[in-house]
Amino acid sequence: MTEPLPAIVLIGHGMVGQRYLEALAERGATATHRITVLCEEPRPAYDRVHLTSYFSGSTPEDLSLVPDGFMERHGIALHLDDPAESIDRDARTVTSRSGHVFPYDVLVLATGSFPFVPPVPGKDAPGCFVYRTIEDLLAIEEYARTRTAGAVVGGGLLGLEAAGALKGLGLATRVVEFAPRLMPVQVDEGGGAALLRTIESMGLTVHTGVGTQEVLTGEDGAVTGMRLSDGSTVDTELVVFSAGVRPRDGLARDSGLDVGERGGIAVDSRCRTSDPRIYAIGECALACDGRVYGLVAPGYEMAETAAEDLLGREREFTGADLSTKLKLLGVDVASFGDAHGTSPDSLDVVWSDSRSGVYKKLVVSADGVLLGGVLVGDADAYGLLRPLTGSVPPVAPEQLVLPAGLGPATQLGPAALPDTAVICSCHNVTKKAITACATLPEVKKCTKAGTGCGGCLKVIGQLLPAAADKGLCGCFPYTRAELYEIVRTRRLTSYREILDGHGREEARGGEGCEVCKPAVGSVIASLAPTLGASGYVLDGEQAALQDTNDHFLANLQRNGSYSVVPRIPGGEITPDKLIVIGEVARDFGLYTKITGGQRIDLFGASVDQLPRIWARLVDAGFESGHAYGKALRTVKSCVGQTWCRYGVQDSVRMAIDLELRYRGLRAPHKLKSAVSGCTRECAEAQSKDFGIIATANGWNLYVGGNGGAVPRHADLLAQDLSDAELVRLIDRFLMFYIRTADRLERTSTWLDRLEGGLDHLRDVIVHDSLGLCAELEALMADHVAHYRDEWAETLRDPERMRRFVSFVNAPGAPDPTVKFVPERDQVKPDLAVLTVGGPVR
Amino acid sequence: MSVELRVAEGWLTVCELSSLTPGRGVAALLPDGSQAAVFLDRAGRPYAIGNQDPFTGAHVLSRGLLGWAAGRPFVASPLLKQRFDLESGRCLDDEEVAVRTYPVRTAAAS
Repeated sequence: MTEPLPAIVLIGHGMVGQRYLEALAERGATATHRITVLCEEPRPAYDRVHLTSYFSGSTPEDLSLVPDGFMERHGIALHLDDPAESIDRDARTVTSRSGHVFPYDVLVLATGSFPFVPPVPGKDAPGCFVYRTIEDLLAIEEYARTRTAGAVVGGGLLGLEAAGALKGLGLATRVVEFAPRLMPVQVDEGGGAALLRTIESMGLTVHTGVGTQEVLTGEDGAVTGMRLSDGSTVDTELVVFSAGVRPRDGLARDSGLDVGERGGIAVDSRCRTSDPRIYAIGECALACDGRVYGLVAPGYEMAETAAEDLLGREREFTGADLSTKLKLLGVDVASFGDAHGTSPDSLDVVWSDSRSGVYKKLVVSADGVLLGGVLVGDADAYGLLRPLTGSVPPVAPEQLVLPAGLGPATQLGPAALPDTAVICSCHNVTKKAITACATLPEVKKCTKAGTGCGGCLKVIGQLLPAAADKGLCGCFPYTRAELYEIVRTRRLTSYREILDGHGREEARGGEGCEVCKPAVGSVIASLAPTLGASGYVLDGEQAALQDTNDHFLANLQRNGSYSVVPRIPGGEITPDKLIVIGEVARDFGLYTKITGGQRIDLFGASVDQLPRIWARLVDAGFESGHAYGKALRTVKSCVGQTWCRYGVQDSVRMAIDLELRYRGLRAPHKLKSAVSGCTRECAEAQSKDFGIIATANGWNLYVGGNGGAVPRHADLLAQDLSDAELVRLIDRFLMFYIRTADRLERTSTWLDRLEGGLDHLRDVIVHDSLGLCAELEALMADHVAHYRDEWAETLRDPERMRRFVSFVNAPGAPDPTVKFVPERDQVKPDLAVLTVGGPVR
Repeated sequence: MSVELRVAEGWLTVCELSSLTPGRGVAALLPDGSQAAVFLDRAGRPYAIGNQDPFTGAHVLSRGLLGWAAGRPFVASPLLKQRFDLESGRCLDDEEVAVRTYPVRTAAAS
């Protein structure tokens, strides 16, 4: 008989709890211990630091911190929704709410904090919330749906996060802070003032130096307002308490463990409580320096310390850095080291520009050692300054806070940091550990740096060697955007010329490859009118560049047959045209399906059937829907104001106009669009490359959305546009994208990659900051003027029609291997049985 | 000039050289009912391999794009993009997979 493995019970599965499990797993301790985790929440550990991103489109799954299969792989039993209720230290057992009793050899408390709610009358009324868990956010979101005004009690870090979230939910939002300034713990008076101005300019109302005395309620008992300590009352329908957190030490107290006078489970430098079999880590613990740390980085440190101690190794936690860098309501805020200048004889270096809302302060000692600082409005320097804390910076401190362009240029780069400088404070990773890696994914994998708050990513990027080769493929040393410029400025229309003149030395004179050929083909096609080239993608040498879809103007499906998608602009179609599609499908035995883009797909055509199918469709007035190309696909629409009770503009007309304007436009990736007639958004415009939502005052234009594997909500680019302004902006947007995006890069990833992001894009295409707009508009005007339907052109030309045969030596014969079997009254492919494995990459 | 493949029965004429586009292929039906994919590279050299994509079972290799790896021509399957060396038939992305090749020549039309 073998001895049973020693049992570890972990109470609490938050960020710190999960870090502890990972620390055990990394050290192999999961194999030598039986581990049970009791979790109060209904979901495994998630990223509480980025909780607010739930309101900007992240799902609870995005926030999860537990890698797929982690628990199974390490044999950890996770009990969700079943918190620990009591600890019996004599019997060494924990009893959970469901009544299960778990024996332990080692117990780890990672119970975190609970939000402090001041004991004011009305604090429990419907409409009062705290801001701590995903469930809190879901409840706030649900309640806010029918409300218009909200208030946050507490103007600290989390309070401002919560205020941003309320504002994002469309509520008129106010913040009530008891201290005389916002973020009193992290920033000083000057920083608080800069923050206040910027936040007020966003339309939030801020009360400082006042407390909340009572939450007022109406007849139904729900929140209607608040009475403040200065005697005033304010209207609000929703109150979020964010007045600090308190360590959750109740379980420890009840079981007789030592706790601090003001709360927190007392631990030593090895994170052991007064009972050596029990550890406490994270926000529930009172560290040996007498502090309770409310940040995740010290919590992670404690998790590592407790894991090392379990294995009998030396590691101590004696205190931590309280540095923070955040983007609150879009404002950069950072604070590090001795931010308040409490060290004796410390000096301040301050730069303040109230016009732009920038405030920067450095605290230095008399002998020049950097002690700490506060940065508001522009925290770019944080990544460099924080690791320099405690040393004499290699350049004068004032040079580090002056904005670029004032005074001599700062020579300080990440290269100036010592190897021992801590770059990632969440995971305590030094410069030396980072420079040992070659790529960012490697850094994240080997050191975990950059996977916490992300504040250090910029510096990490600067420490890594630049990605060596940005070339499109083995044939070209250029990116797609660079090739576009070469083709445009040199007016090249031949792939051969481009490859032999601008390809890599070893690729010149060769065949090119399947990566660059379609990319170059697309660049030539989108510039064709300007270059004076044929816009017809199958002309001459261009024919050899097209992917099989473009080559046959249809979509290749898995059994070698093709599908056909006629354009149905805006999804509007007459009964007569519907009947034609039905007749064609019936006559050729095609499977029909209505697509997500409001069109009808006809599947199962063989190559030799395509011209006959299209002859019928073109006759009936249909044209190519370009479902086969990296081109504009559909502009989806709702019925808009014509039929809908709620519509405020004619979304169908606009969708048809836009679809016809941009039809046939070749782009780095397929493009989709939609127009909604009101904010109900029935056309789902915000998941499109460019989406339009009608308002009573005009059109709102959203860009950079996508569905797909990594969905992204589109960003609002401009509001209340007239028809002409809307079209002009979309012209510019599309042409700028086509010009600068990488091969197969969708607008969403392009926008995320664009330096300066949405603001830069807006500068370029709304404010014409690069002076490009006239050119972009002219390119689009050329495209619109030269559009011709590809299928109509193809059918007119016997030479082009010769390619639509299954066999070059038997032009009339269909491919006997393309076969179908019935399913649900239609056909489906009859697939061959394979003898080799599936896809290899 | 015509393009000929050698099959069990001897040299089989499949098409005129002029009906091939450099950088692309066509499919040919062979006497035994199987299919070949016939290509022309930029230098004007013809190649022929089996038309069936071993990864999907579909007879589509003739519809792929040609490319060059280490100075040798390949075709990338239009379905899942695995590449096949046109001279040896070997898959460049999975060394255990290959398609058959056919001797091919151009001949003055007789």
